[in-house]
Amino acid sequence: MKIYGVAILAGCFLIGHIVGDYFGKLFHLNGNLGGVGFAMLLLIFVYDYAKKKSWLAKESETGILFWSTMYIPVVIAMSATQNVKAAMSGGFMALLVGIIATSLCYLIIPIISKIGKKQ
Amino acid sequence: MGDLIKILEKNGLVFAFLIVGSIMWASYQISTRLTKNKIPGAAIAISIGLLIAYYGQGEKGIASIPAFSGLAILGGSMLRDFSIVSTALGASFSEIKKTGLVGLLSLVIGTCIAFFAGGTIAYCMGYTDAKSFATIGAGACTFIVGPVTGSAVGASSDVIAISIAIGVIKSVFVTIVTPFVAGRFGINNPQSAMIFGGLVGSTSGVSAGLAATDPALVPYGALTATFHTAVGCLLCPSILYFIVNAIL
Repeated sequence: MKIYGVAILAGCFLIGHIVGDYFGKLFHLNGNLGGVGFAMLLLIFVYDYAKKKSWLAKESETGILFWSTMYIPVVIAMSATQNVKAAMSGGFMALLVGIIATSLCYLIIPIISKIGKKQ
Repeated sequence: MGDLIKILEKNGLVFAFLIVGSIMWASYQISTRLTKNKIPGAAIAISIGLLIAYYGQGEKGIASIPAFSGLAILGGSMLRDFSIVSTALGASFSEIKKTGLVGLLSLVIGTCIAFFAGGTIAYCMGYTDAKSFATIGAGACTFIVGPVTGSAVGASSDVIAISIAIGVIKSVFVTIVTPFVAGRFGINNPQSAMIFGGLVGSTSGVSAGLAATDPALVPYGALTATFHTAVGCLLCPSILYFIVNAIL
């Protein structure tokens, strides 16, 4: 059943949020520290394990897959509901950050590839 | 007219599905017909989203108009985080183990470089508080990590909008540039494609960029790029924000 997949996803999501919230309180910072990332890693782990044990039917998997195809639409809705008017002054900076920070990552590729070959 | 608006207001979330679906359709048409897939449909669609937000008032963008309030539910933090977590299905530990330590290294280094380079530029241009530094730095990872970090640390809506824009620019930049520089940076085998995906991280950009370079490399790059988003969502609002908060 598709809902099984959705339920697994929901479980990982909530555990991630609880952990993120706990870390937030631990470090006396308001908000959720790394909850989404933790939930993602948890889901990867649970899914890998369930697949190895062949617990998860294809049908259940599609319950998770549906939500993963909804992420771009959700991001579009999120973009449409931000304070873009106030952000206009930062447009040039966005361009700078996008290009410079990304270019730096490209420059590191050969270095890491070299480390990979040595291994 | 008044009746129509009332119906749309009452069924806001359903109306949001219709709006977003139409934007997606138009964007993918533009992407394939006008740009020959050179600019990813997702990047065009998100840009249209940002453009629409401009016509709203204040913090909530277009959702400040009651008929469009459903977009705030669809794009709100609950459904957003829920759908982002589900994308982890594209990643698998057993696959990434094949790249070994280098895979992990590229993920962590890629996230840190984008975060600190992005944040530092923002700092120099007047965004000097830790929340904005972290959100804009996270936006330099991907257009997902930015808003996730922004809402986790409590950044303002305009800074979150900037972080989305940075992620979109990155995605377009990676798509266009990758085929031209792939040879120079040695992106021609599965392992270097995985390192590339892990370092650069923008899943849509990496997939589209590799598709134009060598379609056989797409799954390798997309795999580590998905991990990049997970690692970004894990590190940016926690350890990295913590470091920035301690320094600034």
